[in-house]
Amino acid sequence: MAQLSYRDAVARGIAQEMRRDERVVVVGEDIAGAGGVFKTTVGLLDEFGPKRVIDTPISEQAILGAAMGAAMTGLRPVAEIMFSDFFAVCWDIVVNQIAKTRYMTAGQVTMPLVIKTGNGGGLRFGAQHSQSIENWAMAIPGLKVVTPSTAEDVVGLMAAAIRDDDPVIFCEHKGLYAAKGEVPDGEIIDTLGTAKVRRPGRDATILALGMMVPRALAAAEDLATRGIDAEVIDVRSLVPLDTRTILDSVARTGRLFTVEENPQLLGWGAEIASLVADEAFWDLDGPVQRITTPHIPLPSADSLEDLVMPSAESVARTVEKALQS
Amino acid sequence: MRLPLAEHRYGEHGVVLPPERSDSNDALDVDLDMRRQLYRSMREMRTFEKRAYDLFMKQLVKGTSHLSLGMEAIAAGFGAAMQEDDYTFATYRGHAHTLARGVPMTPVLAELLGRANGLMGGKGGSMHLTSVEHGMMGSYAIIGAHLTIANGAAWSAQYRGSGQVAVCFFGDGTTNIGAFHEALNYAAVYRLPVVFVCENNLYMEYTSIRDITAVAHPAADRAAAYGLESIVVDGNDADAVHLAALEALDRARSGRGPSLVEALTYRHGGHSRADPGKYRPTGEVDAWKAYDPLTIYRERLGRLGVSEAELDAMDATALALVDAATEGAIAGELPSPESAFTDVWADGGWSWRN
Repeated sequence: MAQLSYRDAVARGIAQEMRRDERVVVVGEDIAGAGGVFKTTVGLLDEFGPKRVIDTPISEQAILGAAMGAAMTGLRPVAEIMFSDFFAVCWDIVVNQIAKTRYMTAGQVTMPLVIKTGNGGGLRFGAQHSQSIENWAMAIPGLKVVTPSTAEDVVGLMAAAIRDDDPVIFCEHKGLYAAKGEVPDGEIIDTLGTAKVRRPGRDATILALGMMVPRALAAAEDLATRGIDAEVIDVRSLVPLDTRTILDSVARTGRLFTVEENPQLLGWGAEIASLVADEAFWDLDGPVQRITTPHIPLPSADSLEDLVMPSAESVARTVEKALQS
Repeated sequence: MRLPLAEHRYGEHGVVLPPERSDSNDALDVDLDMRRQLYRSMREMRTFEKRAYDLFMKQLVKGTSHLSLGMEAIAAGFGAAMQEDDYTFATYRGHAHTLARGVPMTPVLAELLGRANGLMGGKGGSMHLTSVEHGMMGSYAIIGAHLTIANGAAWSAQYRGSGQVAVCFFGDGTTNIGAFHEALNYAAVYRLPVVFVCENNLYMEYTSIRDITAVAHPAADRAAAYGLESIVVDGNDADAVHLAALEALDRARSGRGPSLVEALTYRHGGHSRADPGKYRPTGEVDAWKAYDPLTIYRERLGRLGVSEAELDAMDATALALVDAATEGAIAGELPSPESAFTDVWADGGWSWRN
């Protein structure tokens, strides 16, 4: 067991898989010599060499197209899109090509690739370098979507994503890169499509993803001091979605809150709210409430960004108010 | 062949005529057996595409379709030059490229008809023909994307040391999208074993390529920007194409990196099913139809001693193949309703939840 930062966990997860499988290769801008602009691929070039760890031009379409063509023909690439906002310049490759080709070819083509990306806000980068794009990817049939919130989960989910035969969008939260956590020694392999109960509770279910998980946990601790026992679930994987863990929790607590970093409209929580309305309506003791960033681009100034993103305080306030009404 | 376009200005698209017919290419170094194969291959493509058109008119083929009538020499010339395990990446105008890899006609036609015995069980259609077992790695319907994907297959071949080459076909319109330029730079940087083939049929969909491109040769004139040789070939001459293909494939296979080949050609019909192609001047269409790849090649074979009877027999064989494929396709069952819910994921299913 060692303390590891979230960013170091990314490199550890990739290295773990590169050691066991020569088909795993890594490509992206500044990922080799520089170890990544977020330092998530440090050490990979030294250990695995320039044939397997490759710096690319600023050509997101070329990067993802290369990853796709390689995945179709026997490799298992991990491609980096530096900031998830840059998906907007290569979304064709993701949506029209990577996601659909297995289906359109009636299963002739397998697409074992991982697109890792720095995602999310809180770093004062402004509206073009701060978005949470999980819901973009979640809307496309054929893409798996994962966002870990702890260093241990980064290692295990990265390993699972690389071993998976389907394309996985692996969202690393930029706001968590410096966060440290206990990570067991040895090989770690997690399972896609599984949520984790981070804090059990009886009175309300709070779903969160990425950097919203520690905020939801802080909110739950705060609520506990005022007699509200909230359960916090780290959704981790949007596709596949662990609906069992979510529905079981709602059946026990009777209240559901989602904490989403994305702008409000069609955030991932909307889909879950709809699902719970369909399948667990009679378990609910009150309306499902979504706590999201308002439907605005993220501002840059720290005071404004903090104001609009969900915080531990805003989560606690919303849950407490809802349960008291 | 050099197009008179350097001084061209938007909207001033005059008639672009094909080269003069001549027998000079009879002397190209292509042996007669290969020439027979090229003719047979082109005739099969031609007959197939005409049948596809007829089946559209009978409303047996739904949706859209993009025929390559008039452009067969490129698919045939490259197809015959490629090794069995090389990779083809084509566009939505990909029927001929699929046949060129030896994919049987029946599943191709059945796919156009949306039948269960189609190449992809009716889930891809005309624009996405794929047969991995034949090295036909797909037909891609968003302009530019598949150049980047062909790079990936070439990268994989290079990584595995397999000696395979990826060949990527696209139209002149593709040269103006960003992915084209990203892909060429990327291929050149890593010296990937990939051959890019621009089928310049002079029209980007409904618009003259000359009207919306800064240079006369949309592909070849961009080659220098990526350190590549500027190559223009007569895309209606199967021998010229075949030799250019052999050279580019050899270059890629021997580790000397990518090539960009611009093959000048013309499509006899419109861009797609919906397009009668009326924006093209009459004199131009007629001249290019006279410079038809099958017509000029048949004449060449005649001059080289292949009898009319043998050529007619090859034509008849192609027709019989297409007739049989038509029968097989029309007799195909409709896809099972369940098949709409398979192959989203590698486990065969479509579930997104537990």
